[in-house]
Amino acid sequence: MATHNLKKSTPSETGSNAKQRWQEEYRQQIGKDKQAFNRSGIPIKPLYDAEDWDGSGHNYTLGYPGQIPMTRGIYPTMHRGRTWSQRQLIGFGVPEDYNKRVHELIKSGVTAISLIPCNSVYRGYDADCVPSELLGTCGVVLNTVDDMETCFDQVDIAQLSTAQNDPSPFTLLALLLAIAKRRGVPWTQVSGTSNQSDYISHYVANHMFFRLALPGARRVLVDHIAFTLDHVPSWNPLSVVGQHMQQAGATPAEAMAFTLSTAIQYARDCIERGLDQERFFPRFTFFFDISISMFEEIAKFRAGRRIWASIVREKFGVENPKAWRFKFHAQTSGVDLTRQQPLNNITRVTAQAIAGILGGLQSLHTDAYDEVLSVPTEDAARIAVNTQNILREEAHLTDVIDPLGGSYYIEALTDQMEEKIRTLIDKIESAGGMYQAVQDGLVQTMIGESALRFQQQIESGEQTLVGVNAYQNEVDEKTTPILERPDPAHMAAYLESLERYKRNRDQDRVRKALDNLARAANSKDENVYANVVDAALAEATHGEIVACLRDEFGDGDPLIVP
Amino acid sequence: MHTDSPPRVLVTKIGLDGHDRGSRVVATALRDAGMEVIYTPPWQDIAAVVGLAQDEDVDVIGISSLATDHLLVPKLMQALKDTGLGHIRVVVGGIVPDQDEQDLLSAGVSHVFHPGCSLQKITEEVMRLAHAAREQAPSII
Repeated sequence: MATHNLKKSTPSETGSNAKQRWQEEYRQQIGKDKQAFNRSGIPIKPLYDAEDWDGSGHNYTLGYPGQIPMTRGIYPTMHRGRTWSQRQLIGFGVPEDYNKRVHELIKSGVTAISLIPCNSVYRGYDADCVPSELLGTCGVVLNTVDDMETCFDQVDIAQLSTAQNDPSPFTLLALLLAIAKRRGVPWTQVSGTSNQSDYISHYVANHMFFRLALPGARRVLVDHIAFTLDHVPSWNPLSVVGQHMQQAGATPAEAMAFTLSTAIQYARDCIERGLDQERFFPRFTFFFDISISMFEEIAKFRAGRRIWASIVREKFGVENPKAWRFKFHAQTSGVDLTRQQPLNNITRVTAQAIAGILGGLQSLHTDAYDEVLSVPTEDAARIAVNTQNILREEAHLTDVIDPLGGSYYIEALTDQMEEKIRTLIDKIESAGGMYQAVQDGLVQTMIGESALRFQQQIESGEQTLVGVNAYQNEVDEKTTPILERPDPAHMAAYLESLERYKRNRDQDRVRKALDNLARAANSKDENVYANVVDAALAEATHGEIVACLRDEFGDGDPLIVP
Repeated sequence: MHTDSPPRVLVTKIGLDGHDRGSRVVATALRDAGMEVIYTPPWQDIAAVVGLAQDEDVDVIGISSLATDHLLVPKLMQALKDTGLGHIRVVVGGIVPDQDEQDLLSAGVSHVFHPGCSLQKITEEVMRLAHAAREQAPSII
């Protein structure tokens, strides 16, 4: 009688025989097998094995976390040491409303905060210049140093990292520096990120944030980087954004490629301005979308990390290892969410967040399930934060670094995504670099085509969307959120206070500061951003600063490719 | 309809938001279905939309709104009436909360398309509305 070793499973058959047998059995049993593709257009096989990824040479493409080629993560400890920042976007109503939310969040243990201003701020106008119906409906109205003071009333700004959703010319950071000066907080202690500094992504895909014409936006960004490196050294002046382009329809591979091409463009611009690449590269950060195409997203992030490290180290020859780190914030994709059966969105956000976490992100925003119905409500926002808490502390996603590393599929897909991304980067390079490519509309056209292709896949049923083209309910039960709209009385009081602020300033000082700003814009030897900060210190408003630079540089008029 | 020429549709965005994936995809679908599409950059003010609708002799105006700009649509409806363009049908697509949808319909909006609505449905509805608009349009002679 044979003895059975109960502690070990029966060893598998080995060699080509086993594979052949599987292939035959698979063919017999699968019936009609349709070729699958991921969103980036890469064909997906039913099974991956050593022929797809040869693990024996894995040190070459994998290595170890915190080491070149960075596939497995940018820090030796990754999420095991420090999990990601939970950086939820907040902003609503008037500065007093914002301040209340900030205090609630600090009480819940948050150390990083994101500030979302009103759409009027995004467009570069003061609140008294836009239709009042729209004020404070999507973010906080914020135009003056006093407003910023109110937003962070009783908040220690030296302890709190803030992400300012603040496109060029970065007036919100200028206002923040102004209150730091008032309070006697040294600028060296002010930390955070200019979250919306990537004007190219705004030109291509998030037009609302595009305030200054391309050459002016380019000039201000480089000056902003130069200024913060010297005066606000804990500030990340640049976040290169793939999120807008993927939300606009770019495939995951396209979004990664266009983002890296944009970063290459900014690096070249900084070098041309005479900035030290060993100093500015470590301050580059990235911001991506996470779609629900789970393995593709994980591979996208792993490939992006590897490509960035190789570009910085090999192409630019940067020696500072901190510069090789591909630090990124990611947000779950709003485009994947559905209005039909909206509670299903909690599941979608969970799947997206898992992909981002396994992809090795440094900071995460999870969307609220009701985003597709209205501006998120507080209850829905709480569920979004708890989704992160559950994944981290109940599901133990953070126990092992790069847990999918070594999977035949993930590794093969990471390699294929890398190849696809590099091909697209080469295409942009041949078109003259990202600045030229977006001016010519090349990138916009590619994104538009991808958006249409995806919509057609949904319409044809090729891509299932639960509740939309499959599993619909006869009568669609709606979870109608209670709409939050700013209190009209508060908004009227705000507009009065803005009027008072503008009336009671030292007008000569304001005029002089704006004159200096205009002059700096026309002089190559001056730092435009230093003059933006001076204007904020002189109590010029957000809208006045943007208007002054629009006069000098021209309006932000993005190329619309229908 | 006084002519057999294809329906003319203005696809635009008013207010402050700039998210235009939806308007671009819909504009392409309407064009593919044989309509004449006039497409604008975002941030049009109401006077500009009314002026363009008049100059281009459109049958339907499609407003795309993702971030509360639909709150301005009742003003647009009033401006169209005041200009004698009350026959033009207006549709809104994007993120429109249920509570606001009723206000838009009461203001005279013909249809609100929500996320997940198929391009085919949008195309059919716009086509139908364009024909209805032409029947009501004041005669040029």
